Amino acid sequence: MVNARGISFSKIMLILGLLFLYLPMFVLIVYSFNASRLVSVWAGFSTHWYSALFEDQQILSAVWMSLKIAFYSASMAVCLGTLCAFVITRFKRMRGRTLLSGMITAPLVMPEVITGLSLLLLFVQLAELTGWPADRGMVTIWFAHTTFCSAYVAVVVSARLQEVDRSLEEAAMDLGCTPLKTFFVITLPVIAPALISGWLLAFTLSLDDLVIASFVSGPGATTLPMVVFSSVRMGVSPKINALATLIILSVSVIAFIAWYVMRRSEKRRRGRRLS
Amino acid sequence: MNGNPVPAPLTARVRTLLFHRRVLFGIPFVWLLLFFLLPFALILKISLTSAVMAIPPYEPVFRVAENTLSVVVNFGNYLFLLSDSLYVAAYWGSVKTAFMATVACLLIGYPMAYAMARAPKHWQLVFLLLVMLPSWTSFLIRVYAWMGILGNQGLLNSLLLWLGLIDEPLKMLNTNFAVILGITYAYLPFMVLPIFTNLVKLDLRLLEAASDLGCRSLTTFWAITLPLSRAGILAGCMLVFIPAVGEFVIPELLGGPDTLMIGKVLWEEFFNNRDWPVASALAIVMLALLLVPIILFHRFQSREMSKNG
Repeated sequence: MVNARGISFSKIMLILGLLFLYLPMFVLIVYSFNASRLVSVWAGFSTHWYSALFEDQQILSAVWMSLKIAFYSASMAVCLGTLCAFVITRFKRMRGRTLLSGMITAPLVMPEVITGLSLLLLFVQLAELTGWPADRGMVTIWFAHTTFCSAYVAVVVSARLQEVDRSLEEAAMDLGCTPLKTFFVITLPVIAPALISGWLLAFTLSLDDLVIASFVSGPGATTLPMVVFSSVRMGVSPKINALATLIILSVSVIAFIAWYVMRRSEKRRRGRRLS
Repeated sequence: MNGNPVPAPLTARVRTLLFHRRVLFGIPFVWLLLFFLLPFALILKISLTSAVMAIPPYEPVFRVAENTLSVVVNFGNYLFLLSDSLYVAAYWGSVKTAFMATVACLLIGYPMAYAMARAPKHWQLVFLLLVMLPSWTSFLIRVYAWMGILGNQGLLNSLLLWLGLIDEPLKMLNTNFAVILGITYAYLPFMVLPIFTNLVKLDLRLLEAASDLGCRSLTTFWAITLPLSRAGILAGCMLVFIPAVGEFVIPELLGGPDTLMIGKVLWEEFFNNRDWPVASALAIVMLALLLVPIILFHRFQSREMSKNG
């Protein structure tokens, strides 16, 4: 298994596993172009469901709402998550560090129904005591998403922070940089790729969340997953197939760009080492 | 050092530095305390109240009447959970389903991660992106994709009928099998990722040494590779098992009337019955069940997060 050049069990499993991951998505894409409403019947190629999708005001406004929430949540989660990662990897002896690292890792695995319920109870209690939030909706979803997304950002950023060459930071400080300036001039450029991937991860997580948003949302705010869920509950819907195709395509394009950028920077790094 | 007093400006600087550190530490700490830890205390509190028709639909624990503070604690919700076999069955069903899906993920994911770790460097990135890409698209939509495949008139049944392997459609959608399949499908990337990061760091010289000493490749795998990837396996299993126990979307969309899972029961108690106290008690018992796995995962993850640095 170790040096096998040819076909091995693990290679076959990798191919089968990737097929398993991609075939269902491929089926969705194919059926989004099916003129028939039924899955079992192929009634010819049609883009009818796409035009139906773009006429659906409910879906369009939900998309806009979800994008807004995801943008705000991801941006705030990057700030909070980076701060978390920084203090956990750098301040080793701070009191409360164990508690903080517990609170940042637990959201990664916490079942969503628990997180959702607990945050709803918090918002209800807060509203009772302080009058804020007066009504639940976009802002409460934003706060809820920021909290669980920052856990993911912290994981991504801390992995990168561990690779930062500390001697560069120390040199900057020896030369008279304040810690703040050192962070912005030395540390931040080094961890910038992790911040970008953390932001993208947080953005997709927020865009995708149904359970937590359903708990903490009010009547005013309907996100895309809520609309998708309520229509999918009734069974297969061709309009959702079209939506799924658009989501899969846009994620693939972004992933391809990311891969291209990473490959190029890797090549450049290798080239620099050779010269 | 020599007993000389430290110059005043320096102590002042150290003091401001320490103050800045405390502020930096304090921001995420207070945020998580407020939005992560405090809510659990609230769930515990609400689980000890009784439901009433009001907004919010539970009775206060602390009551002040005629200058006396009375604390009313109601254990009735927990007794209710114990007395009704539905809830016990739902917990058991969740743990069983999550366990089987975790095993399936491990059996599929480990060889995948192994092949990825052995692939040439530039392929590793491609495979990694390919494995992670589905998890960046919509979770909901990936689960929904199986509804079209598994249904009575779905793709798989049509295919099997056409091949002549079956005479009438198999009931696959709305069964426990579909739920396990759905969880395996949705969570597979989270199993592959930690095992891959673990295997890729494996010191290949150990494997060479073993084969130099005459170890067969399968023996090498059992004696060296597998034990050394224990941490990755553990992390992957926890990343799948813990959220799967509380899963709501998958049993709701792919499960049938006989699918009992606690996440779905909690959702129904909360949204359909509007019984917040019982929903809270369900969440507390679920947390208690998951406490050991969560602590195991935390120990792994916090080691990962502060290895060197």
